[in-house]
Amino acid sequence: MRFQGILISNLQLCHATRLQARQAKLASSTFTNRNPLLTKNSSHLTINLHTPTSTDLTMDVLLGIRGKDFVLIATSKAFLHGITVVKHTDDKTRALNDHTLLAFSGEAGDTIQFAEFIQANTQLYTMRHSSDLPVSSVASFVRTELASSLRSRHPYTVNMLIGGYDVKKEQPELYWLDYLASSAEIPYAAHGYAQYYCLSILDAHYKKGMGVDEVVGLMKDCYEELKRRMPIDFKGLLVKVVDKDGIRELEGF
Amino acid sequence: MSRRYDSRTTIFSPEGRLYQVEYALEAISHAGTAIGILATDGIVLAAERKVTSKLLEQDSSAEKLYILNDNMICAVAGMTADANILINYARQTAQNYLRTYDEEIPCEQLVKRLCDLKQGYTQHGGLRPFGVSFIYAGYDSLRNFQLYLSNPSGNYGGWKATSAGANNASAQSLLKQDYKEDCNLEEACEIAVKVLSRTMDSTTLSSEKLEFATVGQREGKIYLNIWSAEEIDALLKKHGLGKEEKPSED
Repeated sequence: MRFQGILISNLQLCHATRLQARQAKLASSTFTNRNPLLTKNSSHLTINLHTPTSTDLTMDVLLGIRGKDFVLIATSKAFLHGITVVKHTDDKTRALNDHTLLAFSGEAGDTIQFAEFIQANTQLYTMRHSSDLPVSSVASFVRTELASSLRSRHPYTVNMLIGGYDVKKEQPELYWLDYLASSAEIPYAAHGYAQYYCLSILDAHYKKGMGVDEVVGLMKDCYEELKRRMPIDFKGLLVKVVDKDGIRELEGF
Repeated sequence: MSRRYDSRTTIFSPEGRLYQVEYALEAISHAGTAIGILATDGIVLAAERKVTSKLLEQDSSAEKLYILNDNMICAVAGMTADANILINYARQTAQNYLRTYDEEIPCEQLVKRLCDLKQGYTQHGGLRPFGVSFIYAGYDSLRNFQLYLSNPSGNYGGWKATSAGANNASAQSLLKQDYKEDCNLEEACEIAVKVLSRTMDSTTLSSEKLEFATVGQREGKIYLNIWSAEEIDALLKKHGLGKEEKPSED
C-alpha cells in the first residue's frame, strides 16, 4: 500500500518505524493493511505497516513459567483460521533436543516451517557433535536465524518461547522471542492476547524458586482467567514440563 | 616414473601413497620443533624459533604461537605463510560460532573444521596441501584442557604430550620418557624446556630462540599467556639452562 505519497526504502520493522506506522494509522482512517511485511510495488518500495493484529497479537495462547528446577510451557489446543476453529488437539510445540522445548505462534505455515527448520538443525548438531546444544545456545541460534530472516525479502513471522533445562549448569531457563528477533531470558512469559490476561496474575503471584505444584496452581489461575475473559474458546491448554529428566506432558488442563 | 604421480595431489601412486602430502610432511620435519604438554591444571606449548640472520630485525612477539580465540592457542610447525591462512580461517570460524551460539566453540570442533579444510587439498586437484602441522591447546567445558595435533593430510588426534617439526621423533621419545601422569603446569614447563634443550641444535637456550605459551586456570577463569622474553629467560635460569650457565671454555 502506498503510504500517502511518501516512500520509505528498505523498511525493517524496527521500533522507530513501528512508531511511524502507528502514527500513520491514526492519520489515515482508510488504512486497512494487515500484512506487516514489505512488498515491492512496481518501481517503488512501499511500506506495509505493522499492525498489532497480525503477528504479535494472536488468539493463540503461549505461556511459560520458570520454576525452581523446571520450566512449564502451555499452549492452546485450538488451531484457528480466522475465527474458525479448525482443530481442537493442536500441539504448538516441538522438542528440539532432550531438554529443550520450543513453543510457537504467528503466521500459519511460517510457524511450523520455521519450528521444524530449527528442530532439524538442533538435531543435526546433536548427531554431528554427539552432544546437545545448551538451551542458551539454542535460543541464540534461533535468534540469529530469525534476525537474518527478518532482513530477507520474505521474513518468517513467528513468536516463540523456548523452555529448557541446562544439564551442565543444572538450572532451568525460559526464553521469550518475538518475530523481530528480540530475545530475553525471563522468569515468566506470554505471547498473544493471552499476555494481557496472564501477565498481571504472574506479576502478582510469581515467586522465585516455586515448586511444580505451585507453578501448576499458578498456571491453572491463568487458565481460569483466560476461559473467563477470552472471546473465543481456545479448546484448553496443552501443558508440558521440562526438567532434568526431559520433557513430559501434564494432564488436567 | 615417479613424476607421473607427483604433480597432482589427487593421484595415488601405485603403492597407494599421496606424494604431495608426504612432501608436505617432509617440509614440516625441517621446520623448528614445537611441543605441547598437557597438565592437570593447564597446557604448555613451546616452540623453537630459527634465527635466520643476525641482521634480521628481531620481532619480540611470538611468530610460531598464536591465539585462536578466548580459550585456545596453537603452535605452528611448517610454512608460516600457509599457517597464516589457516589461523585466519580458524579465528573466523571461532567468532562465527560465538556469534551464532553465544558460546565459545568446543576445541575439537574447531580442530575438526581446520582439518576438513586441510583434507580438501588432498582430494581436490591442482593445488598443493598446506605445509603446516598445528599443536592446539585449549579448554572447553565439555572436556576441560585438551591438546591436539593435526598434519597436512587432515588427520588429527588428542595427546597428553606431543611434538612436531625437526627432530620430532627424538622429542617424542624424550616426552614419552619424561612425561608424568598428573603433572601440574609448572612441572610440564620444566619437561618442555628440558626436552627442547636436548632436541635443539644450539648449545645454549635463550628467549631469542624459544617461544612459550600456556593455557591455565586462575580464580575459575581461563587465561592464555604468550610468554614475554623475561618470563622465558626466568624459566631457563630456574632450570639451569640459561645464558649464565654457559659452560666455561677451556
